[in-house]
Amino acid sequence: MTTKAVRGAVEDDAAPLTHHQLRELYTLMAAVRHLDTSAVAWQRQGIIPGYAPELGQEAAQVGSGYAVDRTRDFVFPTYREMGVARAMGLDMVGYMSTHKATWHGGMYNPLESRFAPIQAVVAGSVLHAVGWAHGQTLAGHATGDIGVAMTYFGDGASSQGDVHEAMNFAAVMKSPVVFFIQNNGWAISVPTERQVAGGSVAARAAGYGIPSVQVDGNDVVAVFEATRSAFAHCRAGNGPVVIEAMTYRRGPHSTADDPGRYRTLDEERLDAGEDPLERFKQRLLTDGVADEAFFAEAQRLAEEEEEAVREGIAELGPRPGAEMFSLVFQEPTPALQSQATAWREESEHV
Amino acid sequence: MSETITAAPGIETAAAGVRQMSMQQALNRALDEILAENPKSVIFGEDCGRLGGVFRITDGLQAKHGEARVFDTPLAESGILGMSVGLAMAGFHPIPEVQFDGFAYPAINQIVCQIARMNYRSRGTLPMPITLRVPSFGGIRAPEHHGESLEALFAHVPGLKVVSPSTPHDAYHLLKYAASRPDPVIFMEPKSRYWQKGPVDVTNPLPGTAAHDGDADNSGSLTGARVAREGRHLTLVAWGAMVSRCLQVAELAAEDGIDVEVLDLRWLKPIDAEALATSVGKTRRAVVVHEAPLTSGLGAEVAQLITQSCFATLKAPVERVTGFDVPYPSGDLEDEYIPNIDRILFGIQRVLEYRRG
Repeated sequence: MTTKAVRGAVEDDAAPLTHHQLRELYTLMAAVRHLDTSAVAWQRQGIIPGYAPELGQEAAQVGSGYAVDRTRDFVFPTYREMGVARAMGLDMVGYMSTHKATWHGGMYNPLESRFAPIQAVVAGSVLHAVGWAHGQTLAGHATGDIGVAMTYFGDGASSQGDVHEAMNFAAVMKSPVVFFIQNNGWAISVPTERQVAGGSVAARAAGYGIPSVQVDGNDVVAVFEATRSAFAHCRAGNGPVVIEAMTYRRGPHSTADDPGRYRTLDEERLDAGEDPLERFKQRLLTDGVADEAFFAEAQRLAEEEEEAVREGIAELGPRPGAEMFSLVFQEPTPALQSQATAWREESEHV
Repeated sequence: MSETITAAPGIETAAAGVRQMSMQQALNRALDEILAENPKSVIFGEDCGRLGGVFRITDGLQAKHGEARVFDTPLAESGILGMSVGLAMAGFHPIPEVQFDGFAYPAINQIVCQIARMNYRSRGTLPMPITLRVPSFGGIRAPEHHGESLEALFAHVPGLKVVSPSTPHDAYHLLKYAASRPDPVIFMEPKSRYWQKGPVDVTNPLPGTAAHDGDADNSGSLTGARVAREGRHLTLVAWGAMVSRCLQVAELAAEDGIDVEVLDLRWLKPIDAEALATSVGKTRRAVVVHEAPLTSGLGAEVAQLITQSCFATLKAPVERVTGFDVPYPSGDLEDEYIPNIDRILFGIQRVLEYRRG
């Protein structure tokens, strides 16, 4: 499919990606693909207790994350944005630590990473993006220079009332927010047609007075260009944009899920379309941007990186139990302090 | 807006700073000063801009401080609270308003799953200095969902603090204090007390707050309970609108020779266990009074704290006089639901007449 503007098309007259950037995008996608499939293996091997794979969504995640300006923008993920995190250069041991069950929000620093803590409530952080973006408006940055919030959610999460409230708030307040929907066809076992009548989340944007675009989420260049255009639109003070990246969740919802109970392998092959990584590789070959040696090197780098992340994860011990108490408040209550003392005495026998 | 008085009852120091004002005026003045003193503070919610709020708590603030600092949002509570999280992440100090207690329910997901947890989830890197103002409790013959008492629900959530003033003086100081703290505070305003006047000493939080003192800036006096009336025979523990009712009860009990102490808890999380121990350690009898339903209400928590510290000397089990385990009733039945003077007096009688064995 091709990029289709649903309403109020966002023009992108920025320069096309350089060969260097195209190769960088591929390197990122290859790293994400290998880390993602490896994480599933880690779970099977008992290295981590669970993982939510993004297999098949590499183009949507890397393409959008690559458009983020880490000096001024901020990203609000859910729990399936590993590819965005990697494209933004996060500490991946810190990111993966949430799947190691080290700490729910991850161990990376969200402020320095410009990437909010991992969020288990679907659509939970969509409103946060609106608040953060309104804060940029209140801070009075010059038009054209304003930071943009990008919030990620899926076709399933689009059923949540908070998404409606967020789109309405952002539109009314003209907040610089990119609503980035990965429509991957499935909310665990429930297909998109049971979430979104008409099949398009982007089409809803018109009702809020928000320009939207539906993009081929398996085309990394198309995703990047749509996101870059949306950021330019927001930065210019024109308010929010909705991007719906049409993609496919090739794997299970999580390592605890069994897609065989709700879709057949034949259906998967039919619906998944072309593998975004393989598709991009063929394009780079056809256009003479990269050769087989480059792809082999990208794979070698991906494997090297996975090994380092795996070792980093394995070295993560449990956090000190005292953090259960000390991180609840900035100013802990006396009752909590006495619970911490009692816990310490009874568990550590001190 | 307010007039200077020469000598307010119970306030003997810093008379020049003492004003007679309603709780609505005291809260309005506190918000005005917060906006002036903290450029990162922002006030928003439904109708709190041009209208000044349905209770006029934000009256005149938008005109004075501008639409960037005080603004109306679309009519959606989850949106208001979710937006507060993002503003706090961007370095602001949000002071959102939920128009009525019962309208906090649509925002519970954002309050419980997000505001209360973001500091923890982010390992302390994203504090939530949010003061959520909630006009609370009953007593004004309002429609459904306009008379709820949600303190137990909020107090049960790790990561939240909960406070409720009972006087204009405390309303002024506790709101300024709450808004200066780095953690989220649910600020429950007793809406039936908005229009009652009382002395407010803006220069000194300490007068009339005898539970704690001693620290240089008096902030200690704002973190605990307050002895609203001293007595020897029994302690009535209350908060919000029930404090003034308990003071009335104490006057009536005094006619029968019963000397009742009234402890205004103020902070419902954290509860001032030390003040409870001090008061009931002295009186050896206690009745907790609240508007919220009985079962799993904060009265149970208070009773346990008292039992823990005073078991050996208690003369009787701690009694609870509360609302009932029913949906908050319509205005015609409101007086049957909210603890009234008779029911509180019966509670006192049960404690006084208790005999072991």
